[in-house]
Amino acid sequence: MTAHGEMIMEYPSADTVKLVLSGAWKLGGELPGDDKVQQTLQDKPGVRKVVFDTRELATWDTGLLTFLMNLSKFCSRQHININSDGLPGGAKKLLELASAVPEKKDARQAEERVEFFTYLGDETIYLVQSAGALLAFIGDAVIAFQRLLRGKAQFRRADLGSIMQAVGAQALPIVSLICFLVGLILAFIGAIQLQLFGAQIYVADLVGIAMVRLMAAIMTGIVMAGRTGGAFAAQLGTMQVNQEIDALKTLGISPMEFLVLPRMLALGLMMPLLCLYANLMGILGGMVVGVGMLDIGLIEYYNETAKAVGLWNLGIGLFSGCVFGIIVALSGCMRGMQCGRSAAAVGDAATSAVVTAIVGIIISTALITIICNFLGI
Amino acid sequence: MTAKEAHITVRDLTMAYGDYVLMRDLNFTINRGDIFIVMGGSGCGKSTLMTILIGLKAPAKGKVLYGEVDFWGADAQTRDRVIRRAGVMYQSGALWSSMTLAENVSLPLETYTDLSPGQTREVVELKLALVGLAGFEEFYPSEISGGMQKRAGIARAMALDPEILFFDEPSAGLDPVSARRLDDLILELNESLGTTMVVVTHELASIFAIGSNSVFLDVSQRTMTATGNPNQLLAETKDPTLRMFLTRGEKS
Repeated sequence: MTAHGEMIMEYPSADTVKLVLSGAWKLGGELPGDDKVQQTLQDKPGVRKVVFDTRELATWDTGLLTFLMNLSKFCSRQHININSDGLPGGAKKLLELASAVPEKKDARQAEERVEFFTYLGDETIYLVQSAGALLAFIGDAVIAFQRLLRGKAQFRRADLGSIMQAVGAQALPIVSLICFLVGLILAFIGAIQLQLFGAQIYVADLVGIAMVRLMAAIMTGIVMAGRTGGAFAAQLGTMQVNQEIDALKTLGISPMEFLVLPRMLALGLMMPLLCLYANLMGILGGMVVGVGMLDIGLIEYYNETAKAVGLWNLGIGLFSGCVFGIIVALSGCMRGMQCGRSAAAVGDAATSAVVTAIVGIIISTALITIICNFLGI
Repeated sequence: MTAKEAHITVRDLTMAYGDYVLMRDLNFTINRGDIFIVMGGSGCGKSTLMTILIGLKAPAKGKVLYGEVDFWGADAQTRDRVIRRAGVMYQSGALWSSMTLAENVSLPLETYTDLSPGQTREVVELKLALVGLAGFEEFYPSEISGGMQKRAGIARAMALDPEILFFDEPSAGLDPVSARRLDDLILELNESLGTTMVVVTHELASIFAIGSNSVFLDVSQRTMTATGNPNQLLAETKDPTLRMFLTRGEKS
């Protein structure tokens, strides 16, 4: 007995080829390919019949079947008759089963080659459409908000509470860490420059204004985009996959009011509070460097910070925080609601939610900064 | 026997995804009190037909009439109003996973009725007891089995005492006994409440046990090839595809 499959071709009569198969025809082992048989059949156009002799065949599995399938496809194209009587009983039956249902010709998706300009055009159209979808979503959100103001919106107050807890209180540790370190870093960078002029005390101004006016809101916004925006998209996406959103729609409950509105409200309310907290942590970070490394007194540092940071700075910071919160909630919910019906689509939705939110935060920061510059505040 | 009143009428309906036409020229009538089976092989568009009937996807062509109302020709408010009188059981139950069973069933009640919390709780307990889930009020959907989720889905669909109940593959993925119980439940609700049932399925046992009317979607011809009582269709049909479907391809 041989360890691998072997095939010998015999010619019992002028129009018949006999394939003598022996050894182990196992997938992964060394098997003769069917191209050899095809070559022979093409070389001898007189052959009209293929028969098998498998008395020496020790074992077989899918390896034999794929060989036979390929051969029978080739033979049916060439109108050559295959006589499967010589095959093992099991193989014969499986072969019949595999060819019982004819291949559905139009089911295989044709892989079309897409021209570059076609691709470019498609993408452009898609971009315009998705911009339209974004505007439509914002419009729906505004309508839902109006209904809330008129006391008509349908959502569960308990949901709002638990979302507020998840996006607010539970985000405190990560916001503390990030903003404390950002304050610390700002102080270090400032200190190197300011020490040259002996103006260490202005580290307090630098850290205070930078954190309160801008950095705390941006850092919190980005943390929330990753933490909460992705979570919103994944939650709503999974609900889409489970048909839970369909179930809401067929009950006449607007998913916009029931799912999106509480999330937007929760982030819009919690973000300013988180920003306020992030301000404190940032200033604390700066203070550690100022007091510990630059020998500024604790009271001195506090007084300098209080003198530098005005109410306008605080107001702009908190306003930005609120805007970022709504951006994060909107992008998370929108990507979740647009999600397809597969696990991969949920992943895409979460990724795209985070990207959209971060882009939105940076763009709106630029806008707010420019507007403040014009207004002189 | 009284003449039956048409509840849902489908006229010249074509379903398509983009350019890909799934089914064309569908014409059938679902009468009040029917248990109407939508049957056909896998991928023939049974579930898509249901999404059109319940207002989630617009048809490419044709009309769906609820009584006299042109469902897809009307505005969104009318559609909402029409479909509010229907309940839907989705294939996987589609219970809201962040809410307990009781909250799932009570949400439609809280939204559309003025019941007091006490009354709502009583109704919820009744509906859950009807589907054999008494005592599971405070469970979350992830804590119960697939069959129980489906039954809870029925309890939610029944919350507002709908005139029509839609079932998407009610017995798919259930063991034979649970599937049978679900069939009994559908029959029982139909008889005692007179609810019109539209059941999308390809389970032969269910089709013959509960169906009083049906439509057969033939995937190879891309249209419907038969409508009527499934038992009668089995006895009378000459169409080889339908006969094959109704007999599992076995020769009698």
